[in-house]
This record gives sequence, C-alpha cells and structure tokens, in this order.
Amino acid sequence: MIVPDELRYTAEHEWVAIDGTVASVGITDYAQNSLGDVVYVSIPAAGTAVTAGEPCGEVESTKSVSDIYSPVDGEVIEANPEIEDDPGLVNSDPYGAGWLMRIRLADDGPQADDLLTAEQYAELTKEDE
Amino acid sequence: MTGFAGWQMPLRYRSETAEHHAVRRAAGLFDLSHMGEISVTGPGAGAALDYALTGQPSAVAAGRARYTMICAGNGGVLDDLIVYRLADQEFLIVANAANTKVVQDALAQRADGYDAQVTDRTADYALIAIQGPAAAKILGPLTDISLDGVKYYASHRAHVSGREALLARTGYTGEDGFELFTAPGDAEHVWTALADAGSGDGLVPAGLAARDTLRLEAGMPLYGNELGPDVTPFDAGLGRVVKFDKPGDFVGRAALQAYAEAGPRRVLVGLTGATRRVPRHGYAVLWHGQARGTVTSGAPSPTLGVPIAMAYVDPEMARLAAAGGAGGALAVDIRGSAEPATMVDLPFYRRAD
Repeated sequence: MIVPDELRYTAEHEWVAIDGTVASVGITDYAQNSLGDVVYVSIPAAGTAVTAGEPCGEVESTKSVSDIYSPVDGEVIEANPEIEDDPGLVNSDPYGAGWLMRIRLADDGPQADDLLTAEQYAELTKEDE
Repeated sequence: MTGFAGWQMPLRYRSETAEHHAVRRAAGLFDLSHMGEISVTGPGAGAALDYALTGQPSAVAAGRARYTMICAGNGGVLDDLIVYRLADQEFLIVANAANTKVVQDALAQRADGYDAQVTDRTADYALIAIQGPAAAKILGPLTDISLDGVKYYASHRAHVSGREALLARTGYTGEDGFELFTAPGDAEHVWTALADAGSGDGLVPAGLAARDTLRLEAGMPLYGNELGPDVTPFDAGLGRVVKFDKPGDFVGRAALQAYAEAGPRRVLVGLTGATRRVPRHGYAVLWHGQARGTVTSGAPSPTLGVPIAMAYVDPEMARLAAAGGAGGALAVDIRGSAEPATMVDLPFYRRAD
C-alpha cells in the first residue's frame, strides 16, 4: 500500500494536497484497493460548498458504495473531468490522474494541522487490516 | 482476502472486472474449497434423500447431477444444493459453506430410519472450478477422459494432471465449465497445472467478487440474498425443483403444496438501472413512489455495462410493470433518491450456443 509522505490524510481514507489556499483531494491507495474496481464517482460540481467531515459525493465499485467526505471547509472549484469517462483512474493512479476535486479553502476552515500525517494514516490502516 | 464463512477467501486476485470478462471471453480459475461436501451412502441413500430434499435423487442416474433444495417443514429454503449421484448407493451433496452444518444436521436427522450414512466430507475435498468458453480446451489435454462425453450436470471420475479427481460439468457463472473435486493435497498441483496450461488462452484466477457478478448476470440465486429460511422455492421462481409427483412424503411437502396452490406471495424480477448508481441489497423498489419490493442483489454489470439487480416485488407490481406503458413508474430508492429502473427478464446474460 502506497502512502506518499508529502500528503495529508483523513480517517475516511481521503488524501489532501494543500497548495496555498487550494486543496486537491482524492481517495487513498488503501481505499481504492478495499473498494475494488471503481465504476462511478459522484463528485460535487464546481461552486458547491463543502464542510469538513460531511459527505459530498460517492464512489461506486463492483461490490459497494462509499461516501466521499470533504476533508476541509471550502468551495469546490474543479471536479476531475476525466473521472466521468474513466472512473478506473481512481484505481490505477489514486494519487495522480485519479484525483477527484480541488477545493478553495474557507478562510476560517480547518487547516492541514487537523489532518493526519502519512505516518498516522499508515498506522490507522494497519490497525484496520 | 476476505473472511467468508470461516474461510479466508480471495475477493479478487487483480481486477475483478478483468476476471469477470476473462470468464465470459476465455476462462477463469476459482478456488471453491470452502464449499461443503456431504456424502450420503448406503442401500437407503436414495430414499433418504427423496424424503430430505425437494428433488428426487433416487431417480437420477449414476454419473448425473441435479440442482435441488433442502427445505424446512414450513417450506422455507435451508439451502440450495447440487446432488451428484456417483454410484447407485453413493451421493455427494455440495452445500454453501455457511450452511454446511445446517444441511449436515438436517440430513442426518432426516436419514434416521433409513439404511444410509451421512458424512461431512468438506475437509476431504478441495474444489477447483474452471469456467468459460475456453475451459474444455484447457482442461481436455490434462485429463484421461474425453470431455465430449461429460454432459452438462454430469460427473466422471478422472485424472487431472495425474491426480485423481471427480470431474463435473457444473458451475455458477453462466458459462460452460467444470468443477474438480480433489484431495486437498493435490489441489495446488492441479491448480498450477491448469493455470500453466491456460495462460496462453487467457485463463486467469478469479475471486469471489467476479463469481458474484457472473452468477448475478446469469440470474442464479445466492443463498442469503435471493434464498433464505423465509423464502420458498416458488418465491424464487424455482418451483421446478419441487417434485410433488415423487412417491412418498418429503419434508415440507404439505407447506410447499399450499404455496404452490396459493400462487407466489412475491416474485423475483430482474431490474436494470437507468443511471450509473447501483441498486444494492436491501434497497427499496418503488412503483409510483411507493415501496413495493426489495433488492436482493445488485451490481454494475461488467458485460452489459449498466447496473443490474434482482429484487422481490409483489406480484401485482410485477404484472403492471411487465405490461409496460408506465414509463418512469419504476425506480429504486438509492440512498434517498428515486433512480429510474426497468424490469427485464432473467437472466440478464445467456451465453450464445
């Protein structure tokens, strides 16, 4: 299982890359592996306000469906346009081409300090296994 | 890997979608050693099974097999089974892993008074299935029997790659294929021989996830989803497995007769989804916004490319939906939103041949 050091994580198995005021979000390698082949992802459209810890979309795989939780407060500025036609990108490249959305952080929203480090996330998923 | 009825089972080896397509287009290799095997032997074995099951195993020729069920006295399904008649006085029953003990106990109790022995043989058999259009081509050169002589739902003692096996032309995928019962110590050898022989023909190992979507496309019921103690064979559209014309009493006869005469309380139907959201087990089926049934199994169909589901609905709703003309009336409640669905005939997929 791949857990890149430079990313932050949530207990709901999202990864977050924060660059200035914009957070890129996807699901982790652990999540895509647990879900199996992803067949459909519902991602909030640009302009949607999202709240940390609240469901904002869903991932359908062969065996199950899971909510996507926003890791931060803010507004969606872009949903990955490739995912609609090729949801398998979430499996093949979860930290790259399989990214789900970019969120402009709310001024007073939780910052990266509230998210898990790679080490903490790796520990969490070890306990899950 | 996943826990399954006390066994560690592969949910998938790589991509379950790729495994599914391989079985439809070439072949897949399944480790089904978790399945329960129960032998019933002795001069009274056939009569005991006629009493214990809905079918009539005593009328099955040696070397042939039947799909059948074991029901409770009230007509509820305890398990669905395949009964192989290996010899005049020897039957092998394959049960679902989670039900093996229930079936074993019921058979032992029901065979009391017959000259028959009921033995749990689960630990004596590994079970490997090779399924798909290329299955016969791959298996043929590894066996010492002609597969042309093994009809659908027939079994034959054979050697596979030099190891003894009971070779049966049965399966749970909707494709041609074979199931091989071997000694546990021979399983790895047989698995490897098949995997090596089939690699050039597109054979891949396939896990539980692919097995589930394959059987769902083929409209085959799964115990715990379409079948259970509160379901009769008639509910599931499988009344044909209840042989009322066999001589003598059998467990559940009176209750099943009443169900057969009363008509089904609910019917098992096929649904396809009009959006990409997938109906899942337990979701409500809506007719004009009213809940009229429940999804038993659902998945994105790799072969059809749309969500498919089986559901129990009330007979009147099924009749109205089949009559058509009510566009938009049928939907599935997918986590709070009514997603349009269409009722279709089962199975969703039937192989061409």
